[in-house]
Amino acid sequence: MIDIKKPQVDAVLIGFGWTGAIMGMELTEAGLKVIALERGENRDTSPDFSYPRIADELTYGIRGKLFQNLARETLTIRHSPKDSALPYRQLGSFLPGEGVGGGGVHWNGQHWRVSPEELRLRSHITERYGKRFIPADMTIQDFGVSYAELEPYFNQFERVCGTSGKAGNLNGKIVEGGNPFEGQRSSEYPLPPLADVYGATLFAKAAKNLGYHPFSEPASNASRPYTNPYGAQLGPCNFCGYCERFGCYVYAKASPQTTILPVLLKKQNFELRTQSNVVRINFDAQSKRATGVTYIDAQGREVFQPADLIVLCAYQLNNTRLLLLSGIGKPYNPATGRGVVGRNYTYQMTGGVMVFFNKDKPMNPFIGTGAGGQIIDDFNGDHFDHAPLGFIGGGYIGVVQTGGRPIQQMLLPKDTPQWGAKWKQAIKEHYLYAINIQTHGTVMAHRDNYLDLDPTYRDVFGQPLLRMTFDWKENDIKMTQFVTGKAREIAKEMGSKSIEAKMKQFGDHYDTRVYQTTHNVGGAIMGEDPQSSVVNRFLQSWDAHNVLVMGSSVFPQNIGYNPLGLAGALTYWSARAIRMTYLKTPGPLMQA
Amino acid sequence: MSRSEISCNRRDFLCKTIALVPIFSAVAYLPFSAFWTSTAQADSSKQAYTPKYFIREEWVFLQAACARLIPADENGPGALELGVPEFIDREMEGPFGHAATWYMQGPFASALPELGYQSSLTPRAVYRYGIAAVDAHCRRIFGNKSFFELSATEQDSVLTDLEKGTLEFENVSGKSFFGFLLQNTKEGYLADPIHGGNKNMGSWKMIGFPGARADFLDWVDKYGARYPLSSVDIAGRKG
Repeated sequence: MIDIKKPQVDAVLIGFGWTGAIMGMELTEAGLKVIALERGENRDTSPDFSYPRIADELTYGIRGKLFQNLARETLTIRHSPKDSALPYRQLGSFLPGEGVGGGGVHWNGQHWRVSPEELRLRSHITERYGKRFIPADMTIQDFGVSYAELEPYFNQFERVCGTSGKAGNLNGKIVEGGNPFEGQRSSEYPLPPLADVYGATLFAKAAKNLGYHPFSEPASNASRPYTNPYGAQLGPCNFCGYCERFGCYVYAKASPQTTILPVLLKKQNFELRTQSNVVRINFDAQSKRATGVTYIDAQGREVFQPADLIVLCAYQLNNTRLLLLSGIGKPYNPATGRGVVGRNYTYQMTGGVMVFFNKDKPMNPFIGTGAGGQIIDDFNGDHFDHAPLGFIGGGYIGVVQTGGRPIQQMLLPKDTPQWGAKWKQAIKEHYLYAINIQTHGTVMAHRDNYLDLDPTYRDVFGQPLLRMTFDWKENDIKMTQFVTGKAREIAKEMGSKSIEAKMKQFGDHYDTRVYQTTHNVGGAIMGEDPQSSVVNRFLQSWDAHNVLVMGSSVFPQNIGYNPLGLAGALTYWSARAIRMTYLKTPGPLMQA
Repeated sequence: MSRSEISCNRRDFLCKTIALVPIFSAVAYLPFSAFWTSTAQADSSKQAYTPKYFIREEWVFLQAACARLIPADENGPGALELGVPEFIDREMEGPFGHAATWYMQGPFASALPELGYQSSLTPRAVYRYGIAAVDAHCRRIFGNKSFFELSATEQDSVLTDLEKGTLEFENVSGKSFFGFLLQNTKEGYLADPIHGGNKNMGSWKMIGFPGARADFLDWVDKYGARYPLSSVDIAGRKG
């Protein structure tokens, strides 16, 4: 029952993390009256991330003070459509954010674009390897937008974030020291790369010896003081080692708080309402329009907020769930392959090689940045010939030393006992002398990996939880074994005491207990055909022209990189279409 | 499980325990104090802490278990010396002990381990039932001795059985109990002293972690050199 009806506004943003902040900026610049509804609390650098309180591994890194409170809402997970799903009761495998800034508060700042071929993956693979190279149950497809179309928006988002890096392909010219495999860039990064820690330099040297192409990972951790195009200021990163899982206390990590909110929150035509949990979009199927959104406010009252334009800026899982709860778009059915909402859920595949050094090489693991370090991209995307390998996709390999927080980040040989005198001896012996080479790669979409509503479990408001059906597939295990195998070769070249590789094996099931990445993607995917996508190439719903979906929900399959750079660029791309076309003549931006 | 159910269960447990074992009697107190003097050594700061959650029998179990999970030796201090039981007791009273941020609505079902924790028991309930069950098991197997009265070798064998899942109980999963116990012991050993464990940054000094310094820009490119400054904690103390 609606307790309160608010006055009509031009636009409402559901969720106020990165994409909400970008959209808020763009739509208020266009003169719209915009309201952002955020389910969590307000947060800012001061007082919420201030030193020394933030340097507390237990509170933030382990107990997850800045993460989603699962007591109120979670999802259920199962490995196949045959199984019963059970709730994700404790955070483990992925860590969605909550509160102003969302996951943009506690991310690393690993700021990538995309390999051009990954935006048209099905077409590209078909052209290069033939149609039969794609397994029958693999439902990969094209994004419907090209790298050239997105390039200005990649550029714009890097400028907002003050990204530190070095171009490898500047206007088509390959530049020494950058990533030679990247798409063509129209300009250099706004800031030079971060300095390298010792382990990263050893990795880069070994990779170079083997003929690979190491470069500094693009990092939205500022390497110098910086003022962005909005006038927001960043300070230089001091390598504190409390980055991902934490808020940044020195204003160096790009977040909504450091790059956009100082300007946006002052605007007269913008309003932020926190502790406002949207429970549905009010959808009028007849007119193919939404009339507004319904949310529960901090006092538990049900509020109707009418709006002309509704932008889903929540976490990927929540965007998909809200569409399902609101009846916008046909739910996907894996048995028939029909329907679209929930289709092509994918994750990311990680592996690694631990490298243990002798006492003459202390790695000082606590000297950490969320992003940066040295990477090779030789085995990512389609940067290498897949024909003899029999899989699609790849990943980057590198040393990104994010910290030496001892509860979470202790690297020990696998045969170390879990407790007792030998465990203690091992932490004393290895803590300072070990690094991890990370592999971070794609996951392809498959017919029976998807999202829908759970028939049993409910959230605190009594609404069905989202249900995830997901497991590792042969293609992705082959990929990680190949890429992590390459990482092992580099590790061997580094001159260490010992190395130990860790990668998924055939038959391994998706393990929700172990942190992997928070790069859940898909479920409300973009495309050029309403039969196989939820939103069009401008991120506009095919079923309700005044509903837009942002974020990694729209990726048809996962890329090898961390997704935020692409999600941010797509938000600016969509905002441009709204401002240039939609606001003048509201209606579908593409014909079905 | 709601909080009121837990407190009921706790009362129930206390009643049963008191009926079965006269833990507050002078007879039972003797081994308790003997244990105290044998393991607590000369550090008077530990004796100052009065547990808020754990009852006396649980408290002696916890101290004995911590002393085996991370023992003191020539490599450095053990979990008991660093105040890990205090850390765990404080955690029981906070959001972790109450599973305050976990999804705790039913139905509850057993599942593949890969799907994560699926019990209706909060960590504080798991400790309560787990300690009672392990002690009952020990008394049955080891001639009416509780866990804290066993030899180090016997204690290690019990902990190993719990870890491997060969020791399971009706009311609580032995493996889950061990999982929480080990996880929290390591947390208390390695976390900032502000949480009650890692007294005087003992573990950080042993491994070389500078703690809350959190500012290393001038040391990034000192390749091959150990960081020279001592550990500091959130309260501003230097190690």
